[in-house]
Amino acid sequence: MKVELEADKCVASGQCVVAAMDVFDQDDDGIAILLTEQVGDDQIDDVKEAVAVCPAAAIRLVGA
Amino acid sequence: MRRIAVVGASAAGLSAAETLRREGYDGTITLVGEEPEPPYDRPPLSKQVLAAEWERDRLALRTSADLAALDLDLRLGVEATGLELVSRTVELGDGSEVPYDGLIIATGVRPRRLPGEGAHVLRTLDDALMLRERLSAGRRLVVVGAGFLGAEAAAVARRLGAEVTVLEPAAVPLAHAVGTEVGRMLAQVHVDRGVGLRCGVTVTEVTEDGVRLSGGEEIEADEVLVAIGSLPNTEWLEGSGLTVGDGLVCDQYCEAAKNVYAAGDVARWYNPLFSTSMRIEHRTNAAEQGMAAARNLLGAEGARKPFAPVPYFWSDQYDMKIQAYGFLRGHDEVAVVEGDLAQRRFVAGYRTGDRVSGALAVGMPPKAIRRWRQAIATGAAWHATVPTGVPAADV
Ligand SMILES: Cc1cc2nc3c(=O)[nH]c(=O)nc-3n(C[C@H](O)[C@H](O)[C@H](O)COP(=O)(O)OP(=O)(O)OC[C@H]3O[C@@H](n4cnc5c(N)ncnc54)[C@H](O)[C@@H]3O)c2cc1C
Ligand code: SF4
Repeated sequence: MKVELEADKCVASGQCVVAAMDVFDQDDDGIAILLTEQVGDDQIDDVKEAVAVCPAAAIRLVGA
Repeated sequence: MRRIAVVGASAAGLSAAETLRREGYDGTITLVGEEPEPPYDRPPLSKQVLAAEWERDRLALRTSADLAALDLDLRLGVEATGLELVSRTVELGDGSEVPYDGLIIATGVRPRRLPGEGAHVLRTLDDALMLRERLSAGRRLVVVGAGFLGAEAAAVARRLGAEVTVLEPAAVPLAHAVGTEVGRMLAQVHVDRGVGLRCGVTVTEVTEDGVRLSGGEEIEADEVLVAIGSLPNTEWLEGSGLTVGDGLVCDQYCEAAKNVYAAGDVARWYNPLFSTSMRIEHRTNAAEQGMAAARNLLGAEGARKPFAPVPYFWSDQYDMKIQAYGFLRGHDEVAVVEGDLAQRRFVAGYRTGDRVSGALAVGMPPKAIRRWRQAIATGAAWHATVPTGVPAADV
């Protein structure tokens, strides 16, 4: 599956990094960065958690 | 469990509904919301929406496709008016009833108001759109209350060129929450941007021309925004037998009664991490508590988990981002543990008893803050965490 990030919505809370460290990081201003766009099966649950806790609704998981 | 009702269709209620599905629950989920809009996000209301940078379409919490995939029995534009615990039914304003096996209450809060007509409040999309219509260069805005909401609105209004006066009953804005020194610094940012700040004044009434203070003085304004805190939406639970007291009272599992849970701004639950009951009006808490409530509702007796988060809050004012972790209220000591208040780049640590209970950061990189979040999460001892010799800012 693919993860999408709308960086201009991001409020730099860092919740995504806590939920899925292999997929998200933050730049110096705290804005989230994607470390990978393609999410492996073993990461899907963590990314779903990130989608759920992101306070800006800035993350989506798309594709089959 | 085949029928779950979620009352309140915003951040907490949506999070609960999504979590139920993620956990594999495939029965009916009835999601009841008083507002006609599909779930939308509130933090941008006092920021991008008020500044006319974002239109309503950017606020949706989920796309319509994502919502549809949840397969909800969605009842929008109708409020819950009553709850029968024994027969397990929620009564709705349109006269219908929703029977349930499990219930999650996420009805949030509403703004406190002042006597008199014509003032704005800022809670819903309509509130924000109405206020933004009226804000422009040269207009005189009085903001009653210098909390985070009032401060954000004041910042946007200044950027739009309005003349802004903020009236605050406390001697120092936010002192009870963040401490005197930090509160003073946050207030100074507004004064530097030309906001007229008057502390130690109590507004008693909204008048046709502005507001009246307790001494009788009137302050003229074109628009008045009342931002003096909020009241939990629990009236519909009256007579249900649930315990209400500044929020719906829950245990550490977010349970208010058998198979009845609460989440978000409305919930007052026992947070074992701080050994105290709290009610938190933070966006991240709404999502996290919605998840916790949903999981505990589905979980077997022994599988339930206490909800013990480190609360997190942010606020954007001008170019300043404020982030706070933990439970700052009732702290015994504040110390600037990194950076410098005067530079507006710092982390302030909060001590309650002998442990690190909170941290507030302005302008610091995420990695500097993460350490403090961790210290709060583990209940680290203050003296082991904060270097000795750091001057205590205040009590
Ligand atoms: C302008 C603004 C700016 C904010 N900025 C920030 C910020 O920068 N950072 C931060 O951390 N937090 C911020 N917050 C707080 C954050 O938005 C809230 O904590 C969050 O919205 C709480 O979500 P909730 O779902 O618990 O409650 P709510 O969002 O209040 O949702 C409750 C819903 O229930 C509905 N409802 C109420 N009663 C009934 C009933 N009887 N029947 C059916 N439905 C009912 C309401 O209409 C509402 O839609 C801000 C809030 C506002 C208003
Ligand atoms: S959780 Fe959301 S808002 Fe927070 S840093 Fe990640 S993308 Fe940004």
